[in-house]
Amino acid sequence: MERTISVLVNDRPGVLARIAGMFSRRGFNIASITVGTAEEEGLSRMTIVSSGDDAMALQMVAQLQKLIDVIEVHDISREQTVKRELALVKVRITKTTRPEIAHILEPFRVSIVDVGHASLTVQVTGDVQKIDALIGLLRPFGVTEIARTGVTALLRSGVLESGFAGADTPYRPLIEAEATNDDDLFETERE
Amino acid sequence: MYGSSDAAAPAAAREFVDQMNAGMVRTGADLLCSLLQQAGVDVIFGYPGGAVLPIYDALYSSSLRHILTRHEQGAIHAAEGYARVTGRPGVVLATSGPGATNLVTGIADAYMDSTPLVVLTGQVVTESIGRDAFQEADIVGITMPITKHNYQVRDIDTLPQVIADAFHIATSGRPGPVLIDLPKSVTSGPARDAVLPAPDARGYRVPGHPSDEALTAIQDAIRQARKPLLYVGGGIISAGAAETLRRFARVNQIPVTSTLLGLGGFPAHDELFVGMLGMHGTYAANQAITNCDLLIALGVRFDDRVTGKLQRFSPHSKKIHVDIDPAEIGKNVPVDIAVVADVGLTLQALLTDRLSADTGEWRAQIAAWEAEWPLRYRADDTCLKPQAVIELIAQRTRGEAIVTTEVGQHQMWAALFYPFSEPRKFVTSGGLGTMGYGFPSALGAQVALPGETVVCIAGDASFQMNIQELQTMVDYALPVKIAVINNRFLGMVRQWQQFFYDRRYAESRISSPDFVKVANAYGVLGLRAATFDEAKVAIEQAFAHEGPVVIDFVVLEEENVFPMVPPGKGTDEMTLEWEG
Ligand SMILES: Cc1ncc(C[n+]2csc(CCOP(=O)(O)OP(=O)(O)O)c2C)c(N)n1
Repeated sequence: MERTISVLVNDRPGVLARIAGMFSRRGFNIASITVGTAEEEGLSRMTIVSSGDDAMALQMVAQLQKLIDVIEVHDISREQTVKRELALVKVRITKTTRPEIAHILEPFRVSIVDVGHASLTVQVTGDVQKIDALIGLLRPFGVTEIARTGVTALLRSGVLESGFAGADTPYRPLIEAEATNDDDLFETERE
Repeated sequence: MYGSSDAAAPAAAREFVDQMNAGMVRTGADLLCSLLQQAGVDVIFGYPGGAVLPIYDALYSSSLRHILTRHEQGAIHAAEGYARVTGRPGVVLATSGPGATNLVTGIADAYMDSTPLVVLTGQVVTESIGRDAFQEADIVGITMPITKHNYQVRDIDTLPQVIADAFHIATSGRPGPVLIDLPKSVTSGPARDAVLPAPDARGYRVPGHPSDEALTAIQDAIRQARKPLLYVGGGIISAGAAETLRRFARVNQIPVTSTLLGLGGFPAHDELFVGMLGMHGTYAANQAITNCDLLIALGVRFDDRVTGKLQRFSPHSKKIHVDIDPAEIGKNVPVDIAVVADVGLTLQALLTDRLSADTGEWRAQIAAWEAEWPLRYRADDTCLKPQAVIELIAQRTRGEAIVTTEVGQHQMWAALFYPFSEPRKFVTSGGLGTMGYGFPSALGAQVALPGETVVCIAGDASFQMNIQELQTMVDYALPVKIAVINNRFLGMVRQWQQFFYDRRYAESRISSPDFVKVANAYGVLGLRAATFDEAKVAIEQAFAHEGPVVIDFVVLEEENVFPMVPPGKGTDEMTLEWEG
C-alpha cells in the first residue's frame, strides 16, 4: 500500500543524501519526497511517499529513526492527514479551445499564472487525485509541460498529537505502528 | 605577547596574531588533541599525509600515543582489535584522499560487526572542497552507508560538540564507526581551547530498560515453553551482559547457542552450551534451533549465515527478540515478542524468578544430538590436520588467550575448536568477512592489553593481505603469535568449488613466500611444523619465546569445514561429512 512518512530532520548539509541513500540502498522506493523548513529553526520537515507492506513500512521507519540527523519519524499512512500537492501545468490554447479550457478549469479553483498566445499555465493545488484528474482533462488539448511538487502532509488537528515522539519518548512509536490492529503492543502477528 | 601593530604583516597573519591575543592561542589540531584526551583516548592508530600535517604536528608535542602502521587498512583493523578487546572506541587517523579511502574496508567491517570506532580523516582546505583538489575524496559521501554517523567540521567552533557526540554515538546503543572529516584549514587555523561538552545529539536516543509489558510477555512465554533455546550474539558482549546471561541460563536451565560474534559471551565448557549455530554450526545447535519451541534471541540479527533458508528457520518456535537496535527487529525473521531494550538490563530484570518449566527432557534430547554427532574430524598420522593445530594452541593457552582470526576455513576451525570462556577474547570479522583483518587486529589487541597472550590464527592467503604490518609489530615490540594455517589454497573458496563447482579449482590455489624467511627478514622468530609432533614442539617453543613468532603450519590441503549448511538450505539440512 501507499505509505506517507513524515520526517523531522536537522537542516544540515547532506541530510537529504543520507535519507535518499538509505532508501535506495535498502530497496525502498520513493514516489515523491518534499523538503522544507519546519516549525522550529534549524529543522526541516520531509514528506516521503513510498509503498510497501506493513513489515516494510516498519523497517522504513526504524531505519529512518536510526539516522542521527532524524529527529522524529511518523508513518502517517493510516492517520487522518491533510495532504497537498501543487502543480504547474502548461497547456496549448487556440481561440477555439480557450473557452472550453476555461470551462474545465472552473470547478478546480486553479489560478492562471501565465498566459501567452499559444499556451497558458495553471497552478493547481490539492490532493493527488484532483491534480491527476485535471491533467487528464487537459491532456487532449496538449499539455506541454508539468511541474509537480510532490505531496506534503500534516496530521489533522487532534489526531495522535502525542504520537510525534518528543526527545525523551522511548522507541515506542515503532512498536505502536505495528500494533494498530493489535491490542498488545508487543505481540505482533507472525506471517 | 604578540605584537599586532606591525602594519607590514600580511592581513591574515595580523588577524591570526589578533586572535591569539584574544585568547585563541592554539590551532584546531591542538584543540583536537586536547578534546581526544578529554574523551579518554590514549592511543591513535594512523598514518600521516599532507592534509593531516597540522594534526601530526600537534601530536608531536602531545602525550597521545600514536601507532604508525604500514597501511591505513592495518591502522583501522588494529583500532578494531583494540576496540573489540577493551570495549573502548578505537581511534584512527588518516590523511585525505587515498588515506581516507584505504580506511573504507575497515569502516564497513566495523559497521557490520558493531565495533565502536572514531575515524578521523584529513580533508583538503575548505575553499578547495568540491573542486577535485589534489587528494580530495568525498569521504563523508563515500562512508554514509557504512558509518553510524559522520561529520565534516567546517567551523572549528563546532569541533568540541562533534567530538563529544561522535564518541557518544560510537560507543552507546548499538556501537559502530563514526567518521569525522577535518579540512586542513580547520586544523591549521586558530582555536580556543575548550572543555569537552556533554553529548547533545538530539535525534539520537538509546533504549534502556524493557517495558513491564515486554517483561511479562517474555516471562509468560518462558513459563509455557518446553523446549526453550537461547540464541545469543555479539550484543551480549557489547552490552557487557555475559555474566548476567550465564546466571539467567543456569537458573532457568535453558540451553545456549551462539553466533560467531557471540562466542565467549557464554562459556564454551558450560553444560548448557550447544555450540555455534548456522552455516558451520554444530549438529546439536542446528538441530536445537530447528526443533525448539521457544527461541530467545538476544543481541543478534538473524544473519543469513545463521538462519540458512528463512522458510525452514526454527519453524516450530515462538520467537522473542531483544535488541537495542529497533531496525533489527523483524528485519529478516518475523518475531512474536519484540523488545527494543538493552539485553543486559532485560536479563537482569528477568533474573528475579526461576521461570522455566522442567527442561530436562529437552536437554536430554540435545545431549543425544551432541552424542550422535559431536564436533569431530578424522585424525590422520600421515599429515597435519588444521583442527589439531587449533586444539594444540587451545591446550597450550588453556583456552584463555585472545584469539584473532583472518577469514576462511581456519576462522571456522578457530570458532569451533577453540573453547572461549570469556567475552572479548575472540576477535574475528563476521559480517563483512574481511581477509586481512586478523593480523592487524591482533596488533591492536596487543597494544590495548600488553599483558595478554594474543594469538592470530591466519590463513596463508589472508595473512598476505596485510603482511606488511609485520614491521609495525616489530617497531612496537608486540609479542603476537601468528599461526599460519597453510593449506596452499584459498581454502574456503576451494571448499565451495569442491562442493558446488565440481572440483574446478579456478584461481584458488595460491602460492606463498617462505613465511619463516619472511619472519626472519623482519627480525621475527619463524618456525615451521608439518606433522602433529612438530606442531607440538613449535607451539611450545613459540609460547616460551618472549617476542613475536610466525609459525607456518603446513597442513593437509583439501580438508573441509564440517558440518556445513549449504547455501539456500535449512539449518536441519547439514552436510556432516563429504561423501563425494
Ligand atoms: C578481502 C576479501 N577478499 C576475498 C574474500 C573471499 N574469500 C573468503 S575466504 C577466502 C580464502 C581465504 O584463504 P586463506 O586465508 O588461506 O584461509 P583458508 O580458507 O585457507 O583457511 C576468500 C578468498 C574475502 N573474504 N575477503
